Amino acid sequence: MTPLTRRDALKGLGALLGAAAFGRALAPLQAWTEGLSVDAFLQRHYRELTPEALRDVLRRLEDETLQDYGAEVHIEDLRPLPGVKFAYALNLSVCIGCRKCVEACHHENNHDRDTQQSYIRVLEMEQGSLDMERGTADYDHPVPAQGKYYMPVQCQQCDNPPCVKVCPVEATWKERDGLVVIDYNWCIGCRYCEAACPYHARRFNWKKPSIPADEINPVQAYLSNRIRPAGVMEKCTFCLHRTRSGRLPACLEACPTGARVFGNVLDPDSDIRWVLENKRVFVLKEELGTKPSFFYFFDV
Amino acid sequence: MDTRLSPESHLTTYPRFLLSALRQATDGSLAFYAWMILLTALALVGLNAWAHQTAEGMALTHMNDHVSWGLYIANFTFMVGLAAGGVMMVIPAYLYHDRDMHDAVIVGELLAIAAIVMCLLFVNVDLGRPDRFWHILPGVGRFNWPVSMLTWDVLVLSGYLLLNLHVCGYLLYSRFIGQAPSKRWYVPFVFLSIIWAISIHTVTAFLYCGLGGRPFWNTAILAPRFLASAFVTGPAFIIITLLILKKMTRGFVRGDGPVQTLISIMRITVLLNLFMVLSEVFTELYTGGSHTASAIYLYFGLHGHDGLVPWIWTAIALNITAALLLLTPAIRTRTPLLVLACAMTFVGVWIEKGMGLIVPGFIPSTLHEIVEYTPSLTEWKVTVGIWAAGLLVYTLALKIAAHVMRPAT
Repeated sequence: MTPLTRRDALKGLGALLGAAAFGRALAPLQAWTEGLSVDAFLQRHYRELTPEALRDVLRRLEDETLQDYGAEVHIEDLRPLPGVKFAYALNLSVCIGCRKCVEACHHENNHDRDTQQSYIRVLEMEQGSLDMERGTADYDHPVPAQGKYYMPVQCQQCDNPPCVKVCPVEATWKERDGLVVIDYNWCIGCRYCEAACPYHARRFNWKKPSIPADEINPVQAYLSNRIRPAGVMEKCTFCLHRTRSGRLPACLEACPTGARVFGNVLDPDSDIRWVLENKRVFVLKEELGTKPSFFYFFDV
Repeated sequence: MDTRLSPESHLTTYPRFLLSALRQATDGSLAFYAWMILLTALALVGLNAWAHQTAEGMALTHMNDHVSWGLYIANFTFMVGLAAGGVMMVIPAYLYHDRDMHDAVIVGELLAIAAIVMCLLFVNVDLGRPDRFWHILPGVGRFNWPVSMLTWDVLVLSGYLLLNLHVCGYLLYSRFIGQAPSKRWYVPFVFLSIIWAISIHTVTAFLYCGLGGRPFWNTAILAPRFLASAFVTGPAFIIITLLILKKMTRGFVRGDGPVQTLISIMRITVLLNLFMVLSEVFTELYTGGSHTASAIYLYFGLHGHDGLVPWIWTAIALNITAALLLLTPAIRTRTPLLVLACAMTFVGVWIEKGMGLIVPGFIPSTLHEIVEYTPSLTEWKVTVGIWAAGLLVYTLALKIAAHVMRPAT
């Protein structure tokens, strides 16, 4: 072996300094990795979990909510009911654009308070036009305004959902009752679905949601309104934590004009069935072939 | 007489090869050390910014629910093109038996390796949950193949990386032990890599153009356009590399042949790219209607929002000027002019295909809301860091190759 030269010594020193700088650069990750449990890291996809494993996951998530948010919540796993296919209809003739549905969604679904997140956007549209290019979601004046009508848009629960198609890890899928859901613990946060959705229905958690403990809705389900982790996608599920146990979506209950009709299309006596059979309904962006389960109509 | 090494002796020569590569990678002139330290420092700044982004959330970027992809995916798209562009040396070398090019082709293949490494980094820093990366691994996670185009991209990009690693590694190792490389161990892989290069950029275009809800991307010309611009930036970058290598190394790159061939290629591809941009712009603007909103936003501004207008016109000016310069006879002899043209079109395509393609896809949003986007400091730091890391990989790879391939004295 050749003896240690000055150059070798300098190189060794450089390597040491480099390694130290590398460690310093990654230091901000330390707190983040401490917050990640091994169980959470290794958790399998929702649809691969055995009933026992799923039960453990639900208890773990409840514990985490208590620790992180100081709120006692109950997270359920609600499956689609047999013989049920959900659909939603909205009467554009009576909607006044008050955004009560937006607010109800915000509270019901435990959205981040700082960003005023909600799954619903209400467009103020111009009479005589269905072109969204001429509408706006940023209106700030008493409603309803002269010469305008209002069109709330949320997830259309498409039967041919482009968001599901593009997901590289099958973190989002369509359930038997027509709802498109996300496993928040499987999503990798690539946001391809957000690019693919033609209805701006999907939202990303750009940061950890912040909600005061006393405002947290404790009635939660794994696939819907439980508090989402940072860095994953989320979306409207027609409030499946309510609708799969026989209740109505929060946006419908909040609507002061009765513009919203929700129900099981497979039930011949349901209100939604009556609307679909008797009103001249239409869907948004029909030409894209997404086959929405969300219908609009004018009551004239 | 067969002078080939026995299989056993590879067990000793291969580690010797790796050791020699390591020595080459850590030893050099003062300028080399300075360059390495600069790149390392920049890469560490990027790493630190990414660590903050991961720990505190992607709210540190300026992306939002309207413009949900930004600088990272723009650079990713551009780098896929650079990786595919390396093939423009491989085709003349292997399909047209250009001898000079044959000697220099490894420069393009190494560029492909560095560019793919950068692609993978750009995709990873864009993930909200990098800790769940394993979910996308075939067999371990749930791989939505063949339906999701992103899974195709995972396959073609990693495949392209492996192909180029194999070809470069094999050729360099053969040279190191002083044996002529056996054709069957690399020629089939080289031909496969030509098709593969086309595939990586086609799949990346399909990623966008398959989305019906984004009319700006939903155009059949996207994949051909991606390839045309890739065949501009690839040769442009390689020409500059070859000129630098000629100065810095002794005899690794011989003759002027490869540069001249690449100029001939660029003369066509730069025009082809402009032609495709023109076809796209015509179709958009002449048709009119709501589907044209993104293009109008990009080129002229929409309802008073015009954040990208100066960028895209800069890109068009750079690309047209570069095209004109490349058409002059002087480009073949006057090096500064050539470097200028290459740099101009490189930057021009970077704007046009990065920010000029990804961002307007989101503006206006699918509900026709206009939210503009400018990258945050975090995004710039991470991006510069990845470029530095890529140049680091490329420099080291070239240095090792130049040493192994040096002419016998």
